[in-house]
Parts: sequence; C-alpha cells; structure tokens
Amino acid sequence: MKDFLNSWGLSLAVFLPLMGALVMFVVPKAREQFHKTVALGTSLVVAFVGILLFANFDYDATGTMQFVVDKSWIPIINSRYIVGMDGISLPLIALTILVVPLCIIYSWNHFPEPRNPKAFLILILILQTGMMGSFVAQDLILFFVFFEVVLLPMYFMIGVWGGEKRQYASLKFFLYTLFGSALMIVSFMTLYFLSDQINVDGTMMHTFDMRLLPELATGISAGAALWIFGGMFMGFGIKVPMFPFHTWLPDAHTQAPTVGSVILAAVLLKLGTYGFIRIAIPILPEAAETWAPFIGVLAVVGIIYGALCCLAQTDMKRLIAFSSVSHMGFVMLGIATLTDFGLNAAVFGMVAHGLITGMLFFIAGSTKDRFHTLDIARLGGMLKQMPHMGWILGFSVMASLGLPGLAGFWGEFPAILSAYNPGGDLNVAFFRVLMVVAAIGTVLAAAYLLWLYQRVAFGVPKAEFEDDPHIHDVSFTEWVAWTPMLVLILVLGVFPNLIFRVTDGAVANVLSAIPGHGG
Amino acid sequence: MPELLDKVWIVPAIMALSFLIILFFGKRAGTRATAGIGIAAVSLCLLFSVVVAGQWINRVNNPPTGEKLAQDIVKANGLTPQNAEDVEAEANAATHDSGETAATASGTPTVTPIALELASTGAESAAGATASEEHGSGEHGSVPPVVRTVTWFQMGGISFEAGTLVDGLTAMMLITVCIISLLVHIYSTEYLRGDIRYTHYYAFLSLFTASMLFYVMSSNTLQMLVGWELVGVCSFGLIGHWWEEKKNSDAALKAFLTNRVGDMGLIIGVAITFFAAGANSFNVLHINEYALSGAANTTLLLVGGLCLFGGVTSKSGQFPLHTWLPDAMAGPTPVSALIHAATMVVAGVYLIARLYGVFFAGLGIGSSSLHYVAFIGGFTTIIGGLLAFVQTDLKKVLAYSTISQLGYMVMALGVGAWTAGVFHLFTHAFFKACLFLGAGSVSHACHHTFDMREMGGLRKKMPITHATFLAATLALAGIFPLAGFWSKDEILAGASSGQESAYTLMLVFGLITAFMTAAYMGRAYWMTFWGNYRGHAKPHESPKVITVPLIILAACAVFLGFTNFPTNFFGLKLPGGFTTRFEHYVEPTFAFPPLQHAEFTPWLAIASTVLAAAGFFLVYQYYAKNRGPHGLTGRSGLARAGYGFLENKYYLDTIYTDGIAGATKGPLARASNWVNQNVLDGVVNGVGTVARVSAGFVYKDIDQLVVDGAVNGSGSVSEGAGQFLRRIQTGKVQQYASILFAGAVVLAGVFVFVI
Repeated sequence: MKDFLNSWGLSLAVFLPLMGALVMFVVPKAREQFHKTVALGTSLVVAFVGILLFANFDYDATGTMQFVVDKSWIPIINSRYIVGMDGISLPLIALTILVVPLCIIYSWNHFPEPRNPKAFLILILILQTGMMGSFVAQDLILFFVFFEVVLLPMYFMIGVWGGEKRQYASLKFFLYTLFGSALMIVSFMTLYFLSDQINVDGTMMHTFDMRLLPELATGISAGAALWIFGGMFMGFGIKVPMFPFHTWLPDAHTQAPTVGSVILAAVLLKLGTYGFIRIAIPILPEAAETWAPFIGVLAVVGIIYGALCCLAQTDMKRLIAFSSVSHMGFVMLGIATLTDFGLNAAVFGMVAHGLITGMLFFIAGSTKDRFHTLDIARLGGMLKQMPHMGWILGFSVMASLGLPGLAGFWGEFPAILSAYNPGGDLNVAFFRVLMVVAAIGTVLAAAYLLWLYQRVAFGVPKAEFEDDPHIHDVSFTEWVAWTPMLVLILVLGVFPNLIFRVTDGAVANVLSAIPGHGG
Repeated sequence: MPELLDKVWIVPAIMALSFLIILFFGKRAGTRATAGIGIAAVSLCLLFSVVVAGQWINRVNNPPTGEKLAQDIVKANGLTPQNAEDVEAEANAATHDSGETAATASGTPTVTPIALELASTGAESAAGATASEEHGSGEHGSVPPVVRTVTWFQMGGISFEAGTLVDGLTAMMLITVCIISLLVHIYSTEYLRGDIRYTHYYAFLSLFTASMLFYVMSSNTLQMLVGWELVGVCSFGLIGHWWEEKKNSDAALKAFLTNRVGDMGLIIGVAITFFAAGANSFNVLHINEYALSGAANTTLLLVGGLCLFGGVTSKSGQFPLHTWLPDAMAGPTPVSALIHAATMVVAGVYLIARLYGVFFAGLGIGSSSLHYVAFIGGFTTIIGGLLAFVQTDLKKVLAYSTISQLGYMVMALGVGAWTAGVFHLFTHAFFKACLFLGAGSVSHACHHTFDMREMGGLRKKMPITHATFLAATLALAGIFPLAGFWSKDEILAGASSGQESAYTLMLVFGLITAFMTAAYMGRAYWMTFWGNYRGHAKPHESPKVITVPLIILAACAVFLGFTNFPTNFFGLKLPGGFTTRFEHYVEPTFAFPPLQHAEFTPWLAIASTVLAAAGFFLVYQYYAKNRGPHGLTGRSGLARAGYGFLENKYYLDTIYTDGIAGATKGPLARASNWVNQNVLDGVVNGVGTVARVSAGFVYKDIDQLVVDGAVNGSGSVSEGAGQFLRRIQTGKVQQYASILFAGAVVLAGVFVFVI
C-alpha cells in the first residue's frame, strides 16, 4: 500500500479527475445522470486517494517532501515530472479534494443556465487536475503548466454560465491572469539560466527543480534576483489578488456561477499565495526581504481598501468578492513578515478563507436562486423567511470577521501578531505600523459583514418577496454540500493544531535562509 | 469529594452542551423542557462552582508545600522541568511572591533538575519565613493557582497551551456568574413567556454562560481573547433578540462594533505582552511574573497595558467607548441584568485584575498618584452618573449607573486597591442584577414600558418588588450596612491611602460619585414607586418566579458586604477568622505585586455616607416635596445648555455614528469604490483598449495588407481555423496574444538591458 502510494498516489490524485473528464467526454450529453454520477464518483475517489495519502503522511517530517516521484519529462531543457507533498501543500490539497465534490453535490439539482451538466462538470474536473497539480508540482515548468491549466476551465465557466456581463468578466479574468503568467514564466526562465548548473548523467545542465533551486540560486546577483522576484510577484500577486491588481476579482466573482465563485475563492486565489511561499521566498530569500516591506504595504492597503469598498457595495456577491481582497491582505501580511508565525498564519488563512468565503458564496448563490437578485436593498428578513439559511449566514459572517473559536481567527490573529516582530532585517517599527493598520481592518471587517447581515437577515421580508412560493429554506443538497464546510470551520477554530502542526515544520524550511525568522 | 480544582473545564462544558441540546432539540422539546435544560445545567454548574470555591478555600488554609508546591509552580507557568532554565526564574518569582526581594535569589541559570529542587525548597522556606511579615495574620504564604493545560497548537516550534487556571478570583467569578445566570434563567421563564424566540433566547443564555465561565478560567491571554469575543457575540445576539425592529438590530451592531474598536487594542495588547514576556507563552501568570520581575521593559508594558485597556474601555463601558451600553438595553431585561450589568461588562475589569502585573508595572500604579487608567475610571464614574440624571427610561438610568460603577471598579484597580475593585465587582453584580430584574418586574406589570413618567406609586401595588428594589438601591448608594457600603468604602480608602502616595483626584471623583449615585437612584426610586400612578395599565405584583430571584438578590445585596468586614471597624476588632475573608481568599499571592492594603478609614466612611444621605435628601426634597429650583432649564440658558449637553450624551454618539461611522460607510467607502471602478479599473480597461486598437492596426494594416498578401494562396486551411477561433473569440485572441507578448517583451527587455 505504502509503496503504491509512494509511486502513484499523488499522480493519481492529480490525473484521476482528468480521466473522469475523458470518460464523460465520449458519452453523449443527454445522459445527465451518468455525467453527474461519474463526476461525483471521480471527485470522491480523488478524495479517498487524498485521505489515504494523508493517512500515510509522516507528520513528524512535515518539512520533507513526501510521496515524491521524479521522472524524466522534457530532457532537452531538463524539466522533469516531479511531484511531492509536504506540510504546506497538504492543507491546500485537503481543501481542494473537499471543495470539488461539495461543489458537484451543490450543482446536482440546479445547474446554472444554460445547464449542460456534461460540459460544466468536465470543466470542474479539469479544474481539479490543474489545482491539484499546482499544489504538488516541484518543477517550475510543471507548476507553470498546471497553473495555466486552471485558467481555461474557469474562463469558460464564467464566460458560458456567468451572469449578464460574463463576456467582459471572463475575458478580464483570463487576460489579467495571463499577463501575470507571462511575467512569471520569464522570471522562471531567467532563474533557470542564471542559477548554477547541476550534473545530469555527466552533462552540466540548468534545472527547474524547485527542491534544488534555493541552493543553486544563491549565486544570482542581488539586482537580478530582485527583478526575477518582481516577475513572480506580478504572476502570483495578480492571482492572490493583491491591491492594486485585484480589479478582475470582483467582476469575475459577480459574474461567475455559484460553483465557479466558490472554487475561485476557495482554491484558485490560493495558487498565488502558495506560489509566494513555495517558490518565490525559498528560492530568492534575499530578494524577498527587499520586497517584503512593499508587499506588506500593499497587503494592509488591500485590507483597508477592500473593506472600504465592501461598505460601498450594493450587491451581496460583489461585497463578498471585495471581502476576499481584504482577507487575502491578511494572508499576504503574514507572508510579508517572513516569520514562521506569519507563514503559518498565511497557510491557515488560506484554508480558512477558502472554507468561509466559499460558504459565503454558496449562500449568495442560493439566495440568488430564490430571490433572483442579490441587491442588498431588496433583501431582508432572511431569518424570518429562511431561518436555517439565516443562521448559517450568521455563522459564516461571524467566521469571516475573524471570531475566535472559528477558523477565520487563526489566519488573522497570528498574522497581526507576527507583524510585531518581522523576520530578517526587516524594519520593526515599520511592520508595527502595518500591524496597527491591519488591526483596524478587523474593525472594518466586522462593520461591513454585520451591516450586510443586518440588511439581509434581520428585519422583515420586503413586500415583493413576502409570499413568494419559490423561497424555501435550505434544501437537502445544500445541507449535504454545506455541512462539511460548516463543521470544519468550527473544528479548525477550536483545534487549530490540525493545521499548524502540519505547516509548522514546513514553513521553517521555507524561511531557513531568513535570519531571525522564529517568533 | 474528588478534587475539582483541576477539572473546572467541566463547568463551561456543561453549559456548552446545554447550548447544543437547546439549539438542536429545543424547538421540538417545547418551552418548558428548554427552560428546564438550561436551569438544570446552570444549577449543576453552580454546585460545581461552590465545591470549587470550597476546595480553593481549603487550599489556602492548607497550602501545598515542598515537592507539591514546586510542581504546582511549574504547572502554573506552563513550564515543564525540561526547560528548566526558567525554573530558576521561577524560584525567584516564588520567593519574590512570598515577600522576599527578587534580588536575593538571582543565582546563575543552571539547567539541572537541582534547580527544580532549589525552587521548591526556596519557595517553601521563603513562604514559611515571610508569611508573617507579608500577611499580618500569618495565615498563608504564596499559594499558586491550580493550572491544568493541554497542548493547543504549535507554532514556530513552540507549543502553546490551553488550560484552566483556578484561584480565588476565578472561584469568585464562577460563583457570581452561576448564581446570577441561574436566577436569570428562572426569572426568564415568566418574563419571556410566549416570546417568539424562546428557544433561541435560552440557547444564547447557555452559550453566554459557557463563554463567560470559559473566559474567567482561562490560563492564557489568547484563550481569554476567545472567551471575550464569544461573550460579545452572545451579547450581540441577545441585544438584537427582537431583530424585526431596526432599532434593536442597530443597537446590537453598535454594541459589537464599538467593542471591536476596543478589541483592536486588546489584540495588539495581547501581542505586545506576548513578545515582551519572551515570545514563548501566553500564560497569564508567566506574563505577570515577567512584568513584576526587575528585568521587565516598563515602556513596553506601559504601551501593552494601554492597548489592553482599549479592550477594557469598550467592554467595560469606560469613557469614551461607553456609548454602546445604554443602547444595549434594547435587549430583554433579564439579559441586561446578566450580561450588561453583572457579568459580561465586568470582563474588562476582570482583565485588569487578572493581568494586574502588567498594569501595575506598566502604569507604575505603586509609585504614581495619577495615571491614565485611574483617571479614566474616575472620570467615567462622573460622566456616567451625570447622564443617569437626565434619563426617563428606568433601564437607561440603571445602564448609566452601571457605567459609573464600572468606572469605580477600574478606578479602584488603578489606585492599587485590587481587592476593593474586585470586591465591588462582586457586590455590584448582585445589587445591580436585583435592580435590573426589579425594573423588569415593574415593566412586566406596566405594559412593558420602562418610562418612569408612566409609573409612580408602585410601592403599594408591588410590595415585594418595591422592597427588593429599595434594598438594592440603598446598597448601590452605599448606605451602611449594605453590601455597597463596604466595597465603595474600601475603594475610597484605597484611593486616599494609595500605594506610595494618595490618589487625591480619584478620591474626589469617588466622593462626588457617592453623592450622585444616591441622588440619581433616589430620583429613579421616587419616580417609580412614590407619588401617584401615572400610567394606564393595572399594575400588580409579579408572580413568584420573578419575586423569588429578586428576594435572593436583595438578600445578597444586604449581606454580602460582610464577607470583607474590616479588621478594625470603629474600634470593633472581630477575630481574624471573620475579617477580610474576601481579601484573604480572593486576592492572589502568586505572580502578584506586593500591595499595601488600606485600613478602614472612619472619616471617609462617615463622609461618603453623609454625602449619600445628602443625595437622597435633596432628591427627596425635589421630587417628593417638590422643593428646589424646578423649571430651571426654562429660566436659565446655562442650565438649558447643560441639560441639552447631557441629553445629547455629550454628543459622543453624534460624533461616532454620524461622524466616524457615517464618514466611513458614506464618503470614504464611496470614494474607495469610485477609485476602484474608475482609476484602477480604468487603467486595466485602458490597457485593454490600447491593446485592441493596436492589434486591430497590426491585423488590418500589417497582417492583411503585407503578410497576408504574400501567403494568400495557401490561406484556405488557416481561414477555416481562423473562422473557428473567431466564432469563440471574435478578435479577442489578438488582444490576449498582444498583451502576453507586450508583457514578455517588457520584462525580457529589462533582463537584457538592465541586468
């Protein structure tokens, strides 16, 4: 078993969804039940493989890559098929294998117009391959390929199943991200050429191996390293998205179908922050130190700015989208501190944000299904009309505003804490200012979320919806899709060690080249 | 009886279980069962709490020694013998706590098990040797709290713990919370009868009680933060209990958001104290010990303490963040009694009491005669008391009175009168809960109004409510020999003697408040219970489920003051076993600053009582005899202006709601959104447009004319493909390609030319 997992586990988890998609591809689209079953079945098998992997993971060596497979792929440029999982990828893989089946379950009975479950589900499965691949790839080119694989399905998902302005939104999403990718791949290339060579079967070659590059890149001049980091910063920063490169996000989210929004918020955004932690910082630690204050500033500006924009929104979904900008600001602040506290907080924050904001998008989607609008001014009295939904929204809102005891807190508080004492030679006073500004963000978060809750859930239903027969409380598929997320939000909030224990050893590796990163 | 001191986690767990049961099964089980579950759970908790308190008293009477003491010390600070480098410091601390100076035990930090032994023997002998000097009675030395922890999470290779800490303060809080929660649970069965959200109400009561109990037994600041926020959420839910009305949900939001402002300070304060104390533990005793050790960075502690005080300011209704508390009266009255008078709002006071080392060292309480915390406490007593005069809503009078009394407690802690402040917390919880529940009883009888202008003459119609209300009023006003007299008097004595020097300004504040408290309470009392009935209902005495809790609380308001009877009361010297019991069992002796305890001061006791009596007398003359300057606001512009200033609550609400909140969610938010849509997005769209235009140029003028001209013959295949692509994209592929290309060119150029 262990041997099988070691050689095939990760690859299975990555490519099984693609297999499922291929099977569905050849079956006519009229057989909807078949497609739904295959899609769900595939995602559940992936989840099962994932759980097997987690069960066999060595939690005493979270800093080491495990289940590593290293095979020749493109020998001419010495790019290899290397996959592996450590304590940083594990929580994100867990998030992915959880969210995808839940999204399929949620879609079960209400596919967005123009329906076509076959195409919709195939896209979700391809997405999953891309996401899983990005989190396990240990070769820059392989990573890049998976990173880009994610783009197309999401593009089509927004462009075909989206709202009224889907054309504009999907294109903006696609182009903006690609723009960043272009700079990122140039950075990867430069890194490849400027880093030291290794001996491959007797010939000296450059390498894309992410495990070796931290060592090999030490010879790169400081100036070049800065530019390379800059290219990666654009690629990852747009994906996060960091202020001021976030404007694709509200449009994409507002227009995307519910499930698209959920996957986008829950997993796709994390590719950016993951990239910083997995690639940019360990390979170019000195450049990271130079960039960190800049990233820190953009992070807290994003926190405040995103929150202020939330306060101005009249559309529930757009408000939640802007809240992502604010919340990802906390994640980036944690990363910018270059401390193990900060990075732990960042990984936790990614998972927590994925669950909580995913939940919020689910609720927004279900609200839209029933009211056919997300105009906050027209909503109201949810607690009266749909008490369960109202409570779930309340719970999610509380989690989102970082209530201690729920998951959101553990992304936020340690990030603020870590800014008190940044790592490396970062300016302490400067980061303490960032800490205070970030703390102000927690007040604003409470303000926009509770204000939203007041307008949507409290009060009495508006006259136009008072007797609307379409408005019913949480349905069965919704319960099935949501319960795991709600439970996890609570469980992770109470037992944060479920994640911190996994990440702690691994982030120490990321920061090994940064002096004084501890505490 | 098994040892419960290290198993207190059971107590909040019971309430949490009760919450879950009520939440998931309450609707089906019906109202009687719902209330029954809650009441049973709290009763059980009360029973446990009493046992815990008893065992704590026993522990103080028979303090652990030798090996056991050393183990307890190690547990208390969350330090295991493995990292024994700290144990040496513990030896310091233990001896320090027992009254010796820290300097005597400052040896070299050796990492050996011997250090542990040294710690134990050192502590033991020190405890024995110095007990009689430190505590005149010679009854006990340093009794470490009972701490039990489990690993919560690890970060940066350090393992952080969650756990329970039990000492006298915890035990006192457990009992207080449980008693009042139980009475409120019982009272609510009648008060909330027929309410639309009866189940939710009881669920939240359980959750609140669980959170509050969890908070007071936290062994570290992070856990306190959890409890702190959870009680805030319950407060939010219960203030907004009747959320159909916007007024109520507004009040709930205001409460939560105002508290969030303070929490900002709390979060930063927790961070600062954590890093100050060595960045390896949130343990409160560890932090206190650090703060009290000679090596502490007092500037850092000052900043940390002030940040923490930000949290206190909002939670415990201190100026200028007290404004949410009167609005919080929108919630059901039993909730006001439990949460917004007796328990949750004292969480801030408790925080100061718990982290007293930080405040003591940071603010220099021992050596100062004026500092921020003491001043704000004193100032809050005045501004809260003044506002109570202009309220016509009985609950609002009580709310402002609560603000004023919370100020008293904070002031007491600020002047170094730790026991006095905590003692006042204790007594106040009972008489203020009695007053609130009394107000609820009155409103229950008068068509759910709290407007005192529609009351009057109720003393004959509601004799029990009247008698209990009167007892609690006198207790609050500090009339001898009721509970408030003793606690208030201790605070005044503490302010007048201070530590090294007297806190004169605080004493003046305190005396003025003594007068004001009697006066505004007298006013409320007369308007409600005397004169003729002015309303339209047919008031009647409330049923037993309401009056019995009132009687119990009134009895507490009468008698609880004796728990801390002074050693020398006008020459009356009771045996040691009867005096200052509260101080003896509640005041920490471990990781706690060496405090001077003020003696009972006869002239102050007389002065404050005379002032209180004068307050009653003047109000009696004004309201009952109709003497004095009635209609002054009509005649004097100055009086009118002053009255208006008070009526508008010093315009703080206007500044906050219209000024700060309005500006943030109005212009500021709109401006951000405008920038987002027009500037940031404008750039993005601009780039897109430029790309499309240039792509069109490239396509039409270069590709079609020049390139395509050359390859026209072989175009049929590619045209087919192009048609296909165009169907999907209609010209957008070029845009994508050109942006990709442009970006790559720019960066490639950088690499070529710059590097």
